[in-house]
Amino acid sequence: MTAAAEAGLVVQGTGGGLREVLGRRHLLSMLVHKELRVRYRASVLGLGWTYVKPAVQFAVYFVALGLVLRQNALGDYAVYLFGGLVVVTSLSEALANGTRSVVANGELVRKIFLPRELFPVSSVCVAAVHLVPQLVVLLVGCVLAGWLPDAAGLLALVAGLALIGVLALGLGLLLSAVNVLYRDVENVVDLVLMVLVWTSPVLYPWQLVADLLGPDSWLFTLYQLNPVTVAVELVHRGTWATASPENLAQMPPDLAVHTVVAFVVSGALVLVGQRMFRRMSGRFAQEL
Amino acid sequence: MVDENTAVSVENASKHFRLRHTHSLKESLAWTAQRRARFEDFVALAPLDLEIPRGESVALLGRNGSGKSTLLKLIAGVMTPDTGRVRVRGRLAGLLEVGAGFHPDLTGRENVHLNASILGMRPEQVEARFDDIVGFADIGPFLDTQVRFYSSGMFLRLAFAVAVHTDPDVFLVDEILAVGDEAFRDKCLLRIEELSAQGRTLVVVSHDLDLMERLCLRGVVLDKGRVVVDGPVERAVRHLRVPR
Repeated sequence: MTAAAEAGLVVQGTGGGLREVLGRRHLLSMLVHKELRVRYRASVLGLGWTYVKPAVQFAVYFVALGLVLRQNALGDYAVYLFGGLVVVTSLSEALANGTRSVVANGELVRKIFLPRELFPVSSVCVAAVHLVPQLVVLLVGCVLAGWLPDAAGLLALVAGLALIGVLALGLGLLLSAVNVLYRDVENVVDLVLMVLVWTSPVLYPWQLVADLLGPDSWLFTLYQLNPVTVAVELVHRGTWATASPENLAQMPPDLAVHTVVAFVVSGALVLVGQRMFRRMSGRFAQEL
Repeated sequence: MVDENTAVSVENASKHFRLRHTHSLKESLAWTAQRRARFEDFVALAPLDLEIPRGESVALLGRNGSGKSTLLKLIAGVMTPDTGRVRVRGRLAGLLEVGAGFHPDLTGRENVHLNASILGMRPEQVEARFDDIVGFADIGPFLDTQVRFYSSGMFLRLAFAVAVHTDPDVFLVDEILAVGDEAFRDKCLLRIEELSAQGRTLVVVSHDLDLMERLCLRGVVLDKGRVVVDGPVERAVRHLRVPR
């Protein structure tokens, strides 16, 4: 058996992980396109629904919390609220669909080999597409509130959005793989997503949590290191903090340090998620 | 054993499945309490060796449940073997099922593009062959209609047309030749024979023995996950035709 004879014989189905997804960008874009087409099939409003859903959610929170419960004592509460909601809804969408992505594409997984990482990755991409119109609305709101963007703030905004992407990718890979074996995962994820909007300073300012838990308690540190909290605060820093001059002083301290920690945690999640996904993907075809 | 001419190499590959009898916590508790086994092992493939040289056309034969499709899935890389390894040289196209990856809500045109790139074609290749694919499927004015409104024959024709235009080195075909009417079936067979004549490797699973004799030179008969006959296709077919 010579080396030449061995060359070119390849074990099929050992995907190159996320790198291979990059190599098949065209297929990824086709899958994202398909997802968008299919989701809004036979609907008159089409992609317009991406405006309606967050708008209703925003209106409910704004009336209930802002007007009734008087949270709008916080300056520019509308911008504050919408900035946080953008983060949480995007992440929720990416995770809810990402978790189901491999199971939903079971037909393909069983019949044709293609890098299975494509499915959770395309869920994240679809969520990113839906994020764009919301972002436009957010920025228009900022301008109306008297937005004076600064370089640090814009950097924070970009970092915040990138952080959601990395976090969604890591968790999406991990959860979609485990969900093939235990379909309970998608229910647990839905449950966690329901709570998500409350475990970060989206509807209320962070100071309330600091008062409740004590600013030096480890629980509060944990709260602040939550990557979702960091992403929300980064978006706040980019939008709300520069909408009125007095807002900037109300941003939480040490945001830069928290950002670094959150990126390290999320990056590690991507590595772990990718490893788990690869290890379990060999069993996908027989479990679906 | 393995040389430069090997297109598919299956070495000592085995596959077993766990048949789960319980599908919920409640059931599994009940079965455990009754001391009944919650799992049953099912051997789909006993350790198996198979070498397929480049350009050969192989018929995988055997009764239902003999492991043919499992072997095909291992070659396609959709499943990984429990022991041993399965390797393939060159580009592989698996037609494990016609129309996998087609979406009913997309139009025929969109599905051609999507499916072709799922099967590994680059966009410029799809562009170049698009007219050939549509011509082969011959579905006329329905190209821009959603696939959900297709008749089942039209659906299969389009799906098959995409698959045979992907230009594979190794072509796996699983029980799909029962497509369309007589005329289209002949067209498909001619296309497969053409691929085979171009020196592409062919692995076909079917219960249609006459068809297998026409398409393949070599026949491999599986029984309970083992190779029982490996030789000229006539011998393999004779083995299956003999009543036992």
